[in-house]
Amino acid sequence: MKRRTGAKTLWQLFSGMLTISAFTFGGGFVIVTLMKKRYVDELALISEEEMLDYTAMAQTMPGPIAVNAAILLGWRAAGLPGMLAAVLGTIVPPFVIISLISLAYAAFSQSAVVRIAMCGMQAGVAAVLADVVCSLGGKVIKSRSAVNIVVMIAAFIAAMFMDVHVILIILGAALAGLAASLIARAKEGTR
Amino acid sequence: MNMLLVLFLSFAEIGLLSVGGGYVAIPLIQRKMVDDIGLLTLSEFTDLVTIAEMTPGPIALNAATFVGLRAAGPLGAVFATLGNILPSVVLVSLLFMVYQRWHGLSLMQSVLASLRPAVVALIASAMLSILSAVVFGEGGMGAGEIHVIETGLFLLALILLRTKKLHPIAAIVLCGAAELLFAAIGWI
Repeated sequence: MKRRTGAKTLWQLFSGMLTISAFTFGGGFVIVTLMKKRYVDELALISEEEMLDYTAMAQTMPGPIAVNAAILLGWRAAGLPGMLAAVLGTIVPPFVIISLISLAYAAFSQSAVVRIAMCGMQAGVAAVLADVVCSLGGKVIKSRSAVNIVVMIAAFIAAMFMDVHVILIILGAALAGLAASLIARAKEGTR
Repeated sequence: MNMLLVLFLSFAEIGLLSVGGGYVAIPLIQRKMVDDIGLLTLSEFTDLVTIAEMTPGPIALNAATFVGLRAAGPLGAVFATLGNILPSVVLVSLLFMVYQRWHGLSLMQSVLASLRPAVVALIASAMLSILSAVVFGEGGMGAGEIHVIETGLFLLALILLRTKKLHPIAAIVLCGAAELLFAAIGWI
């Protein structure tokens, strides 16, 4: 992928992260899903593999996942200025929104309109995540790689039913990949 | 110590210790802000968590603005926010350099290749938790009620996303607007 710098890329990083950060409820995985839609599918600034790698890296690093993912995306797309543009875009919406709300926060947190709209938006968030899970999960299954499919199912069971910490799941997947490649190498060596 | 410096350092500490997102950050914020330095009362902290759940953005950044404003005005909010992201900016940038230099190695490639399906599984698990709240309400499946309208909105949005390439942010906003419409005509 060609590295495009210049004002246009910086603006795409800032304005895209601004919009995503302003509309993203429900945690880090929602924001990385929207980032994939914007920066992989629409703008092709980074590859799908990079976005998935960045998601795993953002999860294992300290700090807000959205900020961590924005840092990685920004560096990759446009170096230091890109990182600053993407991070700025990510932090401005919470800053502005909380500043406005703290002027009248009791009224806001008890507002029926806000609660109803939130309830509907949550359905939309679930649909956006489900859409990406269908696309990416389908690709993993089509890859017909036994290691990948087993890792996906095991990680899902660990996260969904066993409450295993995200970082342990990512470490486990990394170890599985390492083991699989060492075994493959050993087999080649004995041939 | 200067209040701006206190805010900057406290939120830098919260940023540095919160590995793994919002649910790790919430107890850290409580311990630091309510128990250690007393910038928030417990009831203000509860309000903060409620607001954070109702607004976009990472909870640690919401907390930084909320606490910073109360303690030292707009400048306080800026210092708290910058403090919160400082550890990320330093450590994640270093990680990026490592990744750029070594992700081409075949051993790194195979590790990364098996991380990707795990990430897909984690997104699926996050999706199902949210979907369960959408379909069954906050009480979960055990509460025994099904929210038909919200479930319908989810299915409709998913179909439009997959077949009509509806923009994700449009899908989220339209679902919120539709819910308000249903409430206005008295279906909810």
